[in-house]
Amino acid sequence: MDAIILQILNGLDKGSAYALIALGLTLIFGTLGVVNFAHGALFMIGAFCAVTVQRLMQLSHTEIDESRTDFLGNPLQVEVPYLESWFGPELGQALISWSVPLAILLAIPVMMLVGWIMERGLIQHFYKRPHADQILVTFGLAIVLQEIIRQFYGANPIPTPAPDALRGSVDFGVWLGFGPGVIFYPVWRFVYFLFSLLIIGGVFAFLQFTTFGMVVRAGMADRETVGLLGIDIDKRFTLMFGIAAAVAGLAGVMYTPILSPNYHMGMDFLVLSFVVVVVGGMGSLPGAVLSGFLLGIVQSFASMNEVKAILPGIDQIIIYLVAIIILLTRPRGLLGRRGVMEE
Amino acid sequence: MGILEVKGVNKNFGGLKALQDVNLSVQEGTVHAIIGPNGAGKSTLLNVLVGKLRPDTGSVMFDGKSVLGRKPHEINQMGISRVFQTPEIFTDLSVLENVLIPCFARRDGAFRMHAFESVAHEGTINEEAEQILADVNMADKRNLHAGSLSRGDKRRLEMAMCLVQQPKLLLLDEPTAGMARADTNNTIDLLKEIKETRPITMAIIEHDMHVVFSLAERITVLAQGTPLVEDTPENIKGHPKVREAYLGEAQV
Amino acid sequence: MLGIGKRDTTILLVVAFMALAAPIILNPFPANSAMAQFNAGYPDLMQRFVIFGIFAIGFNILFGLTGYLSFGHAAFLGAGSYAAVWMFKLLSFNVIPAVLLSIVVAALFSVLIGFISLRRSGIYFSILTLAFAQMSYNLAYSVLTPLTNGETGLQVYTSDPQYLRGEGDPIVTHLFGLEMRAKETLELGPWAFDFSVGYYFCAILMLISFYISIRIFRSPFGLMLRAVKSNNHRLSYTGLNSRPYALTAFIISGAYAGLAGGLLAAMDPLAGAERMQWTASGEVVLMTILGGAGTLIGPVLGAGFIKYCENIFSKINENVLHSWFAALPDGLETGLVWVASKFVGEGWHLTLGLMFMLVVIFLPGGLVEGGQRIGRALRRRRGQDEPGRSAAKEPAE
Repeated sequence: MDAIILQILNGLDKGSAYALIALGLTLIFGTLGVVNFAHGALFMIGAFCAVTVQRLMQLSHTEIDESRTDFLGNPLQVEVPYLESWFGPELGQALISWSVPLAILLAIPVMMLVGWIMERGLIQHFYKRPHADQILVTFGLAIVLQEIIRQFYGANPIPTPAPDALRGSVDFGVWLGFGPGVIFYPVWRFVYFLFSLLIIGGVFAFLQFTTFGMVVRAGMADRETVGLLGIDIDKRFTLMFGIAAAVAGLAGVMYTPILSPNYHMGMDFLVLSFVVVVVGGMGSLPGAVLSGFLLGIVQSFASMNEVKAILPGIDQIIIYLVAIIILLTRPRGLLGRRGVMEE
Repeated sequence: MGILEVKGVNKNFGGLKALQDVNLSVQEGTVHAIIGPNGAGKSTLLNVLVGKLRPDTGSVMFDGKSVLGRKPHEINQMGISRVFQTPEIFTDLSVLENVLIPCFARRDGAFRMHAFESVAHEGTINEEAEQILADVNMADKRNLHAGSLSRGDKRRLEMAMCLVQQPKLLLLDEPTAGMARADTNNTIDLLKEIKETRPITMAIIEHDMHVVFSLAERITVLAQGTPLVEDTPENIKGHPKVREAYLGEAQV
Repeated sequence: MLGIGKRDTTILLVVAFMALAAPIILNPFPANSAMAQFNAGYPDLMQRFVIFGIFAIGFNILFGLTGYLSFGHAAFLGAGSYAAVWMFKLLSFNVIPAVLLSIVVAALFSVLIGFISLRRSGIYFSILTLAFAQMSYNLAYSVLTPLTNGETGLQVYTSDPQYLRGEGDPIVTHLFGLEMRAKETLELGPWAFDFSVGYYFCAILMLISFYISIRIFRSPFGLMLRAVKSNNHRLSYTGLNSRPYALTAFIISGAYAGLAGGLLAAMDPLAGAERMQWTASGEVVLMTILGGAGTLIGPVLGAGFIKYCENIFSKINENVLHSWFAALPDGLETGLVWVASKFVGEGWHLTLGLMFMLVVIFLPGGLVEGGQRIGRALRRRRGQDEPGRSAAKEPAE
């Protein structure tokens, strides 16, 4: 029992990331009818927003510390972050340590802007072109974005730790009534899970309870009719693209303590996220979220040593295997409507 | 015994009874029209005939064999060709290539891997294709891109593609839907010509009474998923039940 | 000639001439001149031109003709490479069994993947092929290590059995004793031209592949494939079953990819999983589109163009850039070098991505369409100069 719970917990953080990326992909696909292969790159850009904020916060200047001396007796030169000299050592240190969550503040405007530029500058010219062209142009864009990031941040993963207060693990099992020390779970992963629930809830509430969201949902169901009602659907869809980009970006920001960002993380997650979307059902938002978590958990179970002993290598391919089976037996996915994107 | 025999066909969509106990017999060599107001089940019936939909009960026999459960290409190979509401042609290919494809389909069946023969060296097939283009007055357009044709020409080309297969039954799904009067008359003339020059059986699903009465020898009136009457055009014109079914939208 | 039309014969002869004379054509600059870095006539690079040409020719039979966009063809390339290296390990360094087995293995592999993937079309097909390719890639790195040697990559060791190896056989890849790496250098004044066995072996296979692809394009089978792309719906109502057609095209293109993979291994007996990664599949898509999907010569042009750019762009570094812009004022020079350096050397992939986007946006028909447009524009201009000739209309193609 405890082993099962542990695996479910282990699957949650990856599942959360899948769900968030797939949610954005589905929003873009459902509203704009565009297959966006650059969505993984948005996740990656979000992660590098966190790197940027961390670096900005650690910007330092050299100070001469009179109280300490080096071995020759000269006063020691030390690097002091600006934040510490401005806000005092304690608050400064705390700010630096909280740079990942604080990066959200930067990521939201940056991602909305990136999304807006992408949609207006490129994607809008591809609404009427075949899906193959959309795939190809966004694939090209994904390469361009990841290469730009590599130019500026290098090819190596950059560690971006979680805030000190949220590092380490909690004895999760105790809360569930197991003995102490049975289920340890890293605090940050738990935070990530809650954060993703918050975002998912926010997106759904936004679609459910605002007029804007209502129009978007109507547009997803039947774009032409909504257009006939005299509603300028395009403008709203542009904003929707920005929101989807922001969701992917935030997923990336908060994921950095779990996986040190590197320039190709977007591509790695993209393929999986597409699989998630297909399993959930193309164009179905609840489907995307459900299958995101489901596949995350399935993958975590497949990585158990007991399972791997029976089926070696299963952890590497389980998600693709599930996707292939789903596509062949139930092409509309778990919660999708029939006939989406089928000729 | 007709070439096409529909017996006791029922089809429900959820609670909606799209077809109820449909019986229909199309005699070889005749032009049989199926008419009816909107929502009478004409399109559903057609989709059953071509294997796109499977009826809940009943049988559809063509030339003594059941068509149920067969795929569209198998039904075509049995001898049923279909003309669509909006012309379905190979828009990226040339006009000549459009008619070559059905020629190959007739000779080679559903799949044959002729990867090393040259299309240009297929003498008989090319002659056949050229002939049918001449028959529908499109010989001069043979090298044009099919996508660039006018709508009337696309319809003509689609007809040619069906005729070159020498089908035992030609199904026409509202062949003049959305056409201007002049185009409609052209299509009627084309169909008349086909009827006079070839021994062909046609089943036309149509909304436009003008078309129906210009061509049909037998007419089945469909209303709310059931055949109301089946008779000659003369008798149908004055039939009280038909007037009733068309009340409010009659052009009779 | 050869059972193909006059125009196609011309195209084939032009390609054959280019391929056979490539060591000379691609080395227009004297060996020691400053421009020598733009020469492409050395065996290693020319081999890549023709090998990836084969890959793209095959991919074009699937994507160009049927419109099915596969994102998993690198898996077949990789499978071909592994098969070839196994032949080297087990039999001998003779390339013939290696190349044959690589074709067979890739074709069998594509029967499996194609049969399943082609149950769906459109984007679902793309995602299915992508999923299969990623699966193969992951497996090659993990469980299949006994077959693929994991991250190290598969290579030939002296301890390998090589059951068919004769006494005097070379210990490098060879064709019945003729070493692949053997070359003749012809020196003409300051020029130097390399004629290598390996290159000509690949080039001849490329020409055969190209000839087969011409035959397929002009055959009833090829016509059906184009019909699949144009209107699948009409095709089935014309009595044709599109699935076996698409599957056959898939297998043919898979076999081509296997041949390309086998040749890569024949030139350098190594095989690694990175050849199967889906970005590698993206590269062949780019080659095909850049040259012109659905055209005969497009994929060959695209493959050559990209491999040439890759070679040139990756070679240029900041020093080279500084020497180019040296004549400019210092500030401007530094700026230009900074900008340009982002696109060369390691930044080649950035250039590649940009090229990809620009082609899809502005030139969906690829280089071939670009050439046709220029040709038309030129003719129009000439037509204006000589009004009498403008009446002659081009036959529709």
